[in-house]
Amino acid sequence: MSDAVGHSPALIAGQRAAPRVSLRGIVVPLLLPLALALIWEGAVTGGFAEGRLMPAPSTILATLGELARSGELEVHVLATTSRVAVGFLLGSIAGVLVGAITGHFALSRRVLDPTLQALRAIPSIAWVPLFILWLGIFEASKIALIAVGVFFPVYLGVMGAIASVDRKLVEVGRIFRLNSLQLVSRILLPAVLPATVVSLRGGLGLGWMFVVAAEFMGAAEGLGYLLIDGQQTGRPDLIIAAIVVFALLGKASDALLATVARPFLRWQDSYQTN
Amino acid sequence: MLHIGHVSKAFARGGPVLADVDLTVESGESVAIVGASGCGKSTLLRIIAGLEAPSGGTVTVAGETIQAPHPAVGMIFQEPRLLPWLTVAENIAFGIAALPASERTARVHEALDLIGLVEHASKWPRELSGGQSQRVAIARALVARPSVILLDEPFSALDAITRADLQRHMRALSQRMGLTLVIVTHDLEEALILGDRVAIMQPNPGRIAKIVSVQDDGNTDAVRRELASSFIHLNGARNAAILEGAHIQYAHTS
Ligand SMILES: Nc1ncnc2c1ncn2[C@@H]1O[C@H](COP(=O)(O)OP(=O)(O)OP(=O)(O)O)[C@@H](O)[C@H]1O
Ligand SMILES: [Mg+2]
Repeated sequence: MSDAVGHSPALIAGQRAAPRVSLRGIVVPLLLPLALALIWEGAVTGGFAEGRLMPAPSTILATLGELARSGELEVHVLATTSRVAVGFLLGSIAGVLVGAITGHFALSRRVLDPTLQALRAIPSIAWVPLFILWLGIFEASKIALIAVGVFFPVYLGVMGAIASVDRKLVEVGRIFRLNSLQLVSRILLPAVLPATVVSLRGGLGLGWMFVVAAEFMGAAEGLGYLLIDGQQTGRPDLIIAAIVVFALLGKASDALLATVARPFLRWQDSYQTN
Repeated sequence: MLHIGHVSKAFARGGPVLADVDLTVESGESVAIVGASGCGKSTLLRIIAGLEAPSGGTVTVAGETIQAPHPAVGMIFQEPRLLPWLTVAENIAFGIAALPASERTARVHEALDLIGLVEHASKWPRELSGGQSQRVAIARALVARPSVILLDEPFSALDAITRADLQRHMRALSQRMGLTLVIVTHDLEEALILGDRVAIMQPNPGRIAKIVSVQDDGNTDAVRRELASSFIHLNGARNAAILEGAHIQYAHTS
């Protein structure tokens, strides 16, 4: 897009720098969780609360440290993250493709969409027994579940975005006699990018949700396994440690996606990109 | 140069919108089309642009029949229709992507200079005022070097001062470049400023009922009176954004 007018310095001059990560932007959001952690820590050490079911933050940190030292944490994080990554990739590719096709061709929308909407109404977890029968108890069925969870929000978002591209902008493309490939690359794609990013972020969130369900259905490793393990061995610190890691991974992957997309969405009002 | 021959149009739903429209616009001439709302002005312009197919008749530009948008014909819409993901400079360059980069840059610079937006080159469309946006849309059409420019109520969304400014600007540009203009407007004053001739359309179905020539010394009272009275006669006073003086005089003499 940016090479449309070459790179004459005068044209590029006024462009603003990419937004920098400010210290305040990192500190302020952490204030509340840190304060809560401190209060809880105080409550447990002061004897006002019992740390057996709800262990103090220091205990959880110690558990995390121990998991990290033994190399166990890495194994679990890697297992879960790779499941989410593969499931997300498959689900979002399918979602973008099917969404683009149904969004663009009214006929395919009339044929496909009702069926897909009906499938969407099925709670995804209900597929689990079938996936296990079809794909076995190992990775394939887990990834299938995650991919299904990711597919629907991406499909819906992309379809809606394509179908609602401003006809007036498409006409500008026609006036300048773009062929259909150029119409897609120079008008449709950039127009649907913001909504696509939003739906991908939504899909990624669901991916993290479904990986837990997938790992509950029997896994020898993964953060979901750690949750079950903590429950069966009566170790709430293990459970909370796993939850904390989930939170960090979910937030980090979302931030990664947003960061990758940001350069392409600079043209939007800033309140939309944040 | 631009010839509209027996053009008619009926949409799939609804009755005839245009019936037997005939108009020839000479090279370098400017014709304003006025008429009541809904009489088919935009439809006629879209047919000339190749965005809509006529139900009957033909449009030719330099002897070529229009079946799809033609490289020699540019269009400026009522809304600027800038692509929000491109900067001002990139928007202006949108239609000339096939040219070599150096030529592209040169034309964009020239156009930015012409419309007085050089210092806004790297802004996003959302950072522009309505008048600035419409200037960019004009520049985007001009850099493709068309010989015919179609304008559909291009200044109607602007305030009076900006509108007058852009009308004069457009007039000067088109004379300098020898452009053939067809401008649709509901503003008779605008028609007088921009048109060498003014075609008055009548509704149901839309057709050109009268053509008034605007002499070079233009804007004489006689022309204003003729235009206003014809318009009111054909479309009813309710539909006109009427020329003040002419309307009052017309009302008094009738
Ligand atoms: N795509 C379409 N399908 C069906 N009817 C249409 C379509 N476009 C326009 N019409 C009809 O054609 C008639 C003329 O419309 P058009 O937009 O050309 O009017 P206009 O003279 O430009 O009006 P205005 O001054 O309000 O812009 C209207 O009655 C309108 O309802
Ligand atoms: Mg119109």
